[in-house]
Amino acid sequence: MTSIVFYFQVHQPFRLRRYTFFDIGRSDAYFDGTENERILRRVAEKCYLPMNALLQRQIVRTRGRFRCAFSISGTALEQMQRWAPEVLDSFRRLADTGCVEFLAETSHHSLACMADEDEFRRQVERQRDRIRELFGQEPRVFRNTELVCSNRIARLAEEMGFDGILGEGADQLLGWRSTHRVYRPEGCERIALLLRSYRLSDDIAFRFSNKQWSEWPLTAEKFASWLHALPPHETFVGLFMDYETFGEHQWRDTGVFSFMEELPERILAHPRFDFRTPGQILAVQDVVARLDVPHPVSWADAERDLTAWLGNHMQRGAHDALYALAPDARRAAEAGSPELCEMWRKLTTSDHFYYMCIKWFSDGDVHKYFSPYTSPHDAYIAFMNVLDDLARRLARAARTQGTQGTQGAGRTG
Amino acid sequence: MLGWEFPPHISGGLGTACLGLTRGLASAGVNVLFVVPRALGDEEAEHMELIGANRVRMRRRAPGRARSVAAQERAAPAAEPGGGREPAAPAGASSEAPLVWPPEEGAAERIPGALAATGTAGREVERIFEELALDSALRPYLDAAGYREVLRELAPVKGEPEPERARARRPEPRPERRPEQGPEREPQLALGPEIEQGVEEEPEGKEDGGGERFEFAGAYGEGLYQEVRRYAEVVAEVARNETFDLIHAHDWMTYAAGIAAREVSGKPLVLHLHASEYDRSGENVNERVRALEQAGFDAADLVVCVSHYTAGVLRRRYRMDPSRIRVVHNAVSQQEQAGIVHEQKAIDEPIVLFLGRVTFQKGPDYFIDAARRVVDVEPRVKFVMSGSGDMLGDMIERAARQGLARHIHFTGFLRGRDVERMYAMADIYVMPSVSEPFGISPLEAMALDVPVIVSRQSGVSEILVNALKVDFWDVEGLADKILALLRYGPLRRQLSEEGREEVRRMRWERRGVLMRDVYRELVPA
Repeated sequence: MTSIVFYFQVHQPFRLRRYTFFDIGRSDAYFDGTENERILRRVAEKCYLPMNALLQRQIVRTRGRFRCAFSISGTALEQMQRWAPEVLDSFRRLADTGCVEFLAETSHHSLACMADEDEFRRQVERQRDRIRELFGQEPRVFRNTELVCSNRIARLAEEMGFDGILGEGADQLLGWRSTHRVYRPEGCERIALLLRSYRLSDDIAFRFSNKQWSEWPLTAEKFASWLHALPPHETFVGLFMDYETFGEHQWRDTGVFSFMEELPERILAHPRFDFRTPGQILAVQDVVARLDVPHPVSWADAERDLTAWLGNHMQRGAHDALYALAPDARRAAEAGSPELCEMWRKLTTSDHFYYMCIKWFSDGDVHKYFSPYTSPHDAYIAFMNVLDDLARRLARAARTQGTQGTQGAGRTG
Repeated sequence: MLGWEFPPHISGGLGTACLGLTRGLASAGVNVLFVVPRALGDEEAEHMELIGANRVRMRRRAPGRARSVAAQERAAPAAEPGGGREPAAPAGASSEAPLVWPPEEGAAERIPGALAATGTAGREVERIFEELALDSALRPYLDAAGYREVLRELAPVKGEPEPERARARRPEPRPERRPEQGPEREPQLALGPEIEQGVEEEPEGKEDGGGERFEFAGAYGEGLYQEVRRYAEVVAEVARNETFDLIHAHDWMTYAAGIAAREVSGKPLVLHLHASEYDRSGENVNERVRALEQAGFDAADLVVCVSHYTAGVLRRRYRMDPSRIRVVHNAVSQQEQAGIVHEQKAIDEPIVLFLGRVTFQKGPDYFIDAARRVVDVEPRVKFVMSGSGDMLGDMIERAARQGLARHIHFTGFLRGRDVERMYAMADIYVMPSVSEPFGISPLEAMALDVPVIVSRQSGVSEILVNALKVDFWDVEGLADKILALLRYGPLRRQLSEEGREEVRRMRWERRGVLMRDVYRELVPA
C-alpha cells in the first residue's frame, strides 16, 4: 500500500505598517490592520472558503477515503477569528469529519528554534492549546516554520511529546535514499520524520500553471499516473504545500480547483493507493532507518537552508536584536502587560525576516512577490523602528512594575 | 560617434560616459571614430580613432550652403582636392578610419526615404541656427553665478574680456548645467590655463594650405551655439570623407552634426540622450535648445536613453514614439572605481553628505529640510553640502533660518582628490534630485563604501539594488532613512559591502554589447 499524504500550510503574518523613526515613542500602532484584513479577506474568498468546501465534498464523495492534514499558524487563526470567522467555522467542519488532522507548529510561525529554545517551547505549547481548543484534537505531529528541521529540532519536538515531525526531502540529506520512507533523525529515540516529496509537491505548487514546463498542462489523470507508477515498496508520498497555492498562487483560471476536484478519485482508482494523514502513517509504518540532519534544512529556495530568513547582515542583526528582548517581553507578560509580549511575539513571525532577503537573482523574484515593501532595506528599517519603540515600552513596563506605579511611572509615561 | 567632450579635458558626466561607452563598444568588436570639437592629442582614446574638429581642414563656403554642397559631393564623392583632413593630426586619426563598425564596400549606398527625411530636418536645423546665432550670450551649461566664478578663477591666468563679464551679469533665466557633473567636474575646468594656451597658439579661422580650420574651445559657455553650428559643418566634411556604417551622436550639441552627417552619408542615425532640456531646466526650457533636440529626435532612426526615467521624458515631452526608444544605462569604469581613499575623520559625529550642484534640479532644499527633522531627534550629526550653484545662497539662509547653523557645513566647490576625500569621510551620501537622467555620483560613493540614499526620480535608482530609495518630495521619508542608517549598524554594513560589490559588477563592457545590439537593429550583420 502506498499512501498519499496531503498537508496544507495555512499562514498569514501581521504585516507592519510603514513605521518611521518619527513614530518611535509616539505610536504603538505597529501593524497595518487595514492591509492585513484586506489580504486575509481576499485569500479567504479566493482560497480558504472555496478550497475548504471542495475538500469537504471530497470527503463526502469518497466516503471518508480522502484525508489530509493542516497546520494553521496562530497568527492566521487570530486573523480569521477577527476578520473571517466563517473560515474558522469551515475548518471546524473539516475537523468534524474525522478525516482531517491538525498539526502543531509555533504559535507565531517563528524561527524561535534558531534563537531561543525556551521561547520555542512556549510558542509550540500555546499552539497545541489553540488546536485542542478550536478543533478538539491533540496534535501528535509537529511541523516547524518553513519546514525547518534538524536533529536538534527533532529532539526538541520529541522532548515535547510529539510522535512525528515533518521535514524537507532535500537531496543533500537523502543521497540515494527514498523520500517516501519513514526515518528517524540522529540523536532521537522515538520521533519519526516524514519528508516532503518536493518534486511532486512543486509540480502542483509551483509548476502547475507554468506554460514553459514540458508537462504543462498538468491534469489529474497525468499526476495520478505518475503516482501509480511508483514502485510498490514506497510507503507514502508527502505532498506538502502552502494552502494558498489553490486560488492565490495558482489562480482559479489555471484550472487548479478542477484539478483538485478530480485528483482524489483518480488516485483511488488504483487499489494499491489510499490517503492518510501524517499521524495515521506513523500508526501503521515503522521507521526504516536513521537520517542525519546536522544542519537545519527548510523547504525554501534552491538552497533549502535558512538564508532566506537569516542570510544577510540585516536579517541576522534584526533577529538577534529581537530575541535580546525575549526576557523583557516575557517579564512584561508576567507583570501584567501581556499585550506587550504579544506584540513582541508577532514580530517573531518569520515573514518579517523574509522581507529583508536580498537574494534578488533567481529566488529573489519570489521574495519580491510576497513582500509588502518596495525593498528589503525598507522592510528592515520599519522592523527596527518598531523594535526600538517596543524596547522602550518594555523597559517602561519593567520600571513601572519596579516602582509599583508610583511617580517613576508618571515621569516615564 | 559625435560627442562634445572627451576625458581628460572635460571630465563631466557626458565625457566620462562617452569614454566608458566607446571602451565597451571596442570590447564588443565595434570600431569607433569619435569626433570632438577640439582634440589636443592627449585624450584617453587608445581604443579608437579620435578626431578633433579643430584639425579638420574645410573648404571655404558660406555656412548656410552646407546642404547644397553636400548634395554636390554625393554626385562626385571622389573629387576632393582641398577637403582632406590634415594628415599630421596629433590625435593619430587616419583618413581610412571608419566612424562606426568595420568599413564595408559600397558604403555610399543610401536609403532614398531616409535621405528625404533628413533633408527636411536639415532645413529645420538651419533655421534654428540662424536664430541661435543672434543670441550669443546664451550659456546653456552655465548660470550667472557659476559664470562669475569661472571668470574670477580665470582672472589671474588670463585677461578677462570685459564685454563677456558684462553679459555674464545679466540675469539668466536658465540656471542649469550638466546634470551629472559634480562640482569637481565643473565646466570651467576645461577653460583652464593649458587649454587657453592652446587657443592662443591656434587662432580661430587660421588659414592653412588651401583649407580653413575652425577653432573650437570644446567647452561650455559663451559662443556655444556658433561652435555647435561650425561643429556640424565640420562633421559633415568628415562624414563625406570617411567610411562608416552608422552615426551615433551624444546630447543636443551634436544632434545637428548627426543630422548633417546622415544627410551627407545616408547612414542611420542614433541619438543618445543623457540629459534633455527639461532635465536641465525644469519647466523653464530654452525653446531653441528644445527645438534642436526635437529636430534631432524627429530625424533619428533610434534614440538611446540613459534610463527609463529619461525615456519617459522623451515620450511625454517630445512625443517620441516608444518604438524608436531604447534604454542603455550608464556604468562605471574600473578607473573610477580604483580610487579607494582612507580618510581619517577629524570629527566624531557621523557625516551626511550632499555633493553636487546646488541647483533646483538637485533638490538641495529637501536635504536641508530633512536635516532639520533628523537633528530634532539626533543632534549629534553633521550635514555637509558640497558644491555651488544658484541656490547656494538660499540654502545657507534656509539652514540658518531653521536653526541648523551648527549642524550644516557648506564646503563650496570641491575638486579632484578633495571630492574623493569628502566621499570617504561621509557616513551617508544623499542624492535627493528632483530630476536626474542618470546620476553617476551615488555609484562613486558606493565604490568608496558609503551607503547611499537616492531619489526615485533618478535614472540610477532603476538599476541600484543596494541603495535606499525615496521620493524627492518625501522629506520625512528621507529623514527616516537617514536616521535608520545612523542608528542601525547592520543596515550600514549591508549597504556598504553589497553596494561596493554591486558597483564593481557594473561594467561598460556589458553596456557595449547592449549598444552593439541596438546598432544591429539598424545595420544587420
